[in-house]
Amino acid sequence: MNVESNPEASLSLEALKNGDRHELARMVDLYSEKIYRLALKFTNNPQDAEDVLQETFLKAMRALPEFEGRSSLSTWLYRIAVNEALMLLRKQKPDIALDIPAEEEDSSEEMSSNGLILADWCCLPEDELLSEESRRFLDQAIQQLPATLRGVFVLRDLEGMSIKETADLLGLSETNVKTRLLRARLFLRQQLSRYFGERLKEWEQK
Amino acid sequence: MSDHLDCQQLLSSISEFVDGELDPELCRRIEQHLTECENCRIVINTLRKTIDLYQHQPASEGLPREIRQRLFYRLHLEDFLNHDPA
Ligand SMILES: [Zn+2]
Repeated sequence: MNVESNPEASLSLEALKNGDRHELARMVDLYSEKIYRLALKFTNNPQDAEDVLQETFLKAMRALPEFEGRSSLSTWLYRIAVNEALMLLRKQKPDIALDIPAEEEDSSEEMSSNGLILADWCCLPEDELLSEESRRFLDQAIQQLPATLRGVFVLRDLEGMSIKETADLLGLSETNVKTRLLRARLFLRQQLSRYFGERLKEWEQK
Repeated sequence: MSDHLDCQQLLSSISEFVDGELDPELCRRIEQHLTECENCRIVINTLRKTIDLYQHQPASEGLPREIRQRLFYRLHLEDFLNHDPA
């Protein structure tokens, strides 16, 4: 494996644990962009994302001497970042449930085949699907997901993590991750179908 | 158990189906259902497209310079700011 696909290989864990500042700076440069992007997807707010970014590395630098290397350094940093982001969301919206009560798990609207929007918008041209306006709509739609559904979707589908990695990072069982992923994906499909269904009508009238 | 899957049953397995994580027998039943059900075909295709669109986010442009700068100051690593990021 080359260094580019596994940047961690180029970092000395020993030096990091000893507080070597040059090595710490390299660690920050290796992971800060990914962590910032992740935080931005969780919070949808640049200021919040920057707070999460700073807190993540502050905590990491404090905790590094005790880092045992049971997970990879990147997973460990991600876990800190995800916890920071969820904590921040909880602080900002203490009244709004971050999650759906367990009893609603299977009875919610998006899990029923009845209300599904059935526009077949797959055939829309690329420049319609990938326009800036569409991009904004996609971002907004993610923000309408409850935080833990969003977390599952962001880690699994946007960051490309496995079900197991996602479960570990969020402290959920794999079954839970699968259920939430299903719900998040169906919810987003429904939102996009409403949006692109309209585009499809306009496009067909042209 | 009947060999016929209804739309609701398909919906509850759809996420694992598009990830290719279902056992072959259930896969076969879903594919069978899809040959007969236009609605479920649309749902599967638009679900795949939804995931696909989210996965093709525009390439990232790196961490904004000012954010990197504030981060390094906050961490008391500002003397390393001039090193090339990665
Ligand atoms: Zn069907």
